[in-house]
Amino acid sequence: MNLTVIFINIFALACLGFAFIKDRKKTKQALIVALKSFFRILPSIFMIIIIIGLLLGFMPQSTISNVMGVKSGFIGILFIAVLGTILFIPAIIAFPLAASLLRNGASITGIAVFITTLTMIGIVSLPLEIKEMGLKIALLRNGLSFIIAIIVGLIMGIIL
Amino acid sequence: MNEAERERPKKTMTRNWSLLGIVLLIGIVLVFSFPDKKGEVIAISLEFFIEMIMILPAVMVLMGFFTVWVSKEMTMKYLGKSSGIKGILLAIFLGSMPTGPLYVAFPVAAELRKKGASISNIIILLSAWSCIKIPQEMVELQFLGLNFMVSRLLLTVIFIIIMGLLIERIIEYDNKKE
Repeated sequence: MNLTVIFINIFALACLGFAFIKDRKKTKQALIVALKSFFRILPSIFMIIIIIGLLLGFMPQSTISNVMGVKSGFIGILFIAVLGTILFIPAIIAFPLAASLLRNGASITGIAVFITTLTMIGIVSLPLEIKEMGLKIALLRNGLSFIIAIIVGLIMGIIL
Repeated sequence: MNEAERERPKKTMTRNWSLLGIVLLIGIVLVFSFPDKKGEVIAISLEFFIEMIMILPAVMVLMGFFTVWVSKEMTMKYLGKSSGIKGILLAIFLGSMPTGPLYVAFPVAAELRKKGASISNIIILLSAWSCIKIPQEMVELQFLGLNFMVSRLLLTVIFIIIMGLLIERIIEYDNKKE
């Protein structure tokens, strides 16, 4: 048990209590949504946990730090950024994966870049974005997000 | 909700469970081929599972609340008429509410644009929608720590604002040229 776990659970319970007093029907609705999302994400959670176990158990630390570590240099960061752009992993399960990589030699910059491109840029949703927002805005937003992700990662590597 | 939307979750579910089956199978084969790694793999998986399961129900409950209480319509109503710093802050705040995946946000954004919301606010909303979500931030806090979470959050917010204003300028400049 750490502080984060306690904080998150107390926060959720407080919201639950407050919501229950305010509107019981909506609270019930919210809990049903929660239950549904829980079961929807469950297979992905199990999957990522197995992958993390295999990754850390089988892949030597040196491999991880060579590809995602400080030594990998700018080419490495670029590679990670592209990886985050094309992969389609829900953020909730990307964080434990990122944490496991971080513990085994990946750099802060690499991890921050990966999570940021992963969440900000969606190749899968790009066609829809172009359709709704127009080609110019969609490309500008995704392109600039890519650059931003790298800048954010580099700054985090310096300050943390 | 139309037919296609109802079909989507079911399909994804089947796909996810099958994927899990494949990964599990690969894992079992690997662990049995290299029995000396078995202990380590199981210990690591278990450790991450415990860390996850201690926060997951709370995260899901929060997600449920936001989904029920903050609707797309609310986002449109508030963002449609606000501008300036207030508009920017509101775009970030509303974007960070977990009101659905990114593909839900595009029609909202397109609608907002028709209603006259500024391009910068729309870009900021979309970007916040994609990368800042309150329940997600909690998972990030749990796994990557306070310093990592807070600094990445602040930096992303700053750069999202800059990007929104920049894209607005570019589009306006472009329109003038034409």
